[in-house]
Amino acid sequence: METVYDALDAAHGGGGQWAFGTGFDDPLVGVDTTVPDGVDPADLGAYCLMLGDDALVLAQRLTEWITAAPELEEEVAFGNTALDLLGQARLLLARAGSVGVLGSSRDRASATVPDEDALAYFRDADEFRCTGLVAAVNGDFARTMVRLLVASTVRLAVLTRLRGSRDPVLAAVAAKGVHELAYHRDHAARWVLRLGDGTAESHSRAQAGVDAVWPHLTDLFTATDVEQRLAAAGVAVDPADVREEVHDVLATVLTRATLRVPDRPGDVPPRGRTGVHGPELTELLGTLQGLAREHPAATW
Amino acid sequence: MPAPPLDPVVDEARLQELFDATVAAERRIEPRDWMPEGYRRTLVRQIAQHAHSEIIGMQPEGDWLLRAPSLRRKAVLLAKVQDEAGHGMYLYSAAETLGADRTDLTDRLIDGRQKYSSIFNYPTLTFADVGVIGWLVDGAAICNQVPLCRSSYGPYARAMIRVCKEESFHQRQGYELLLTMMGGTDEQRAMVQDAVDRWWWPSLMMFGPPDTDSPNSAQSMAWGIKRHSNDELRQRFVDMTVPQAEFLGVRLPDPDLALDPETGRHRFGPIDWDELKRVISGDGPCNAERIARRRAARDDNAWALEAASAYAQKHGARS
Repeated sequence: METVYDALDAAHGGGGQWAFGTGFDDPLVGVDTTVPDGVDPADLGAYCLMLGDDALVLAQRLTEWITAAPELEEEVAFGNTALDLLGQARLLLARAGSVGVLGSSRDRASATVPDEDALAYFRDADEFRCTGLVAAVNGDFARTMVRLLVASTVRLAVLTRLRGSRDPVLAAVAAKGVHELAYHRDHAARWVLRLGDGTAESHSRAQAGVDAVWPHLTDLFTATDVEQRLAAAGVAVDPADVREEVHDVLATVLTRATLRVPDRPGDVPPRGRTGVHGPELTELLGTLQGLAREHPAATW
Repeated sequence: MPAPPLDPVVDEARLQELFDATVAAERRIEPRDWMPEGYRRTLVRQIAQHAHSEIIGMQPEGDWLLRAPSLRRKAVLLAKVQDEAGHGMYLYSAAETLGADRTDLTDRLIDGRQKYSSIFNYPTLTFADVGVIGWLVDGAAICNQVPLCRSSYGPYARAMIRVCKEESFHQRQGYELLLTMMGGTDEQRAMVQDAVDRWWWPSLMMFGPPDTDSPNSAQSMAWGIKRHSNDELRQRFVDMTVPQAEFLGVRLPDPDLALDPETGRHRFGPIDWDELKRVISGDGPCNAERIARRRAARDDNAWALEAASAYAQKHGARS
């Protein structure tokens, strides 16, 4: 009698990777994790948290759309984008952990919880270093796409420069990430064009999305002390360096989409990067972390 | 627009003969081929029902995407739910080769004119449900679907090959999660057992009514759309699953479950067919919620698709 698995088994081979995601316990395996000379590991870890938390929190927001998207192609696109960002987050959080930056998470998480999960699940909101741009609620599809456009434009500009980082892990994450981010930005830009230049309703929704997202640009381009020190050491990117490029790209897309480009908001000192967040991040983390914290001794 | 008949003078009896010979020879019927209207209708119904099941099936596990307790599990689950959306897309496309339209099929799902697998009307109460759905529900789906890779209708058979490969990943992912949880805390082991208790019987119902009460089966088998009877596939699933349950260390909730030493197959207790009928006819725990979510996704975002069409028209892009 035919056995249902016979035909399928052969296609997957054997080894430790018998199911997706198994056999990859250490996300940094095979990567040179030496901290570059003259760099404070605490700074490096803090910077990894900034980039990692942005990716993690935006992935969570995009995942909220799954089963609620306008069409199946968008379900797949939200899933893909979230998976890319989640992958970046895991590497960056693992990197932060590998240089000893774990905050209070290690006091709460049991020893069997890997660093990436200790950091994702067992830090409180004030220990997160993401910006308000990614923590903000989704709103409708138009606002979601405008936020994705802005966030992926900023992140692509940063990662493009970060490919030359003296830190081998950051350089590797950036080299892979730029390809992913280029797709995310393109996907979001195409939707912003369709919505801005679509119907009267979509235009007004897209404009409302732009107006809602724009204030979050205000603290994106002011470097923290950590970023300044690391940028001087050739490890990080000073966000001020990407300001012009980001505004140019956004203005180009919005103009083509027949949307009004709001005035540039004035630069203010970093908020999210220093752990200052609104209630929406606490709420997001409540969902993300609830189950893991309910079972701190569990193995998943 | 459907292609004109290749030879208008050939009468239908001759076309029917060619069709029957193709099916008998285990060759594939392709979209351009003549086919009996009943065959087309049956296929559209079955493929659409399968597509709807994939799309509705995103919801029970999707409920845990935001709460998955590790980043690795979150990534695995996201990839799985994304695969299900992909399966829905292939299957709707296969249905479209028969003249159906995805938008219309979606409307039929939302209006309750077409069904989806009753299993997805049960709630996912704990994270162990994610593992058990992978192990039992996807395991049952594989039993049902592997034979469909040899279905007589070419686009469906080819779609099923890819679907089955991905389903086998999902089944392993689910089982691997359960193995990990069984190696965790007592609380986690209890969670797994509780999930198995809740999902076992609905999984057996996934194979459909018993052969004595499955009116369409004989015709579907004759057409080569279906290859094995409901009861045969159900038996195969039970035989496959029992040793996996033993290895995992869980008890299947059936006091009558026992190996028959003569046949080498497992006897199992009576299935509550009334429950299946109730859930199929809309009276399951989550029917209304599942459909409401699809309806909201369609209605709340209709403006975005209208905008995309308007933009395509203005800019002369292909719609």
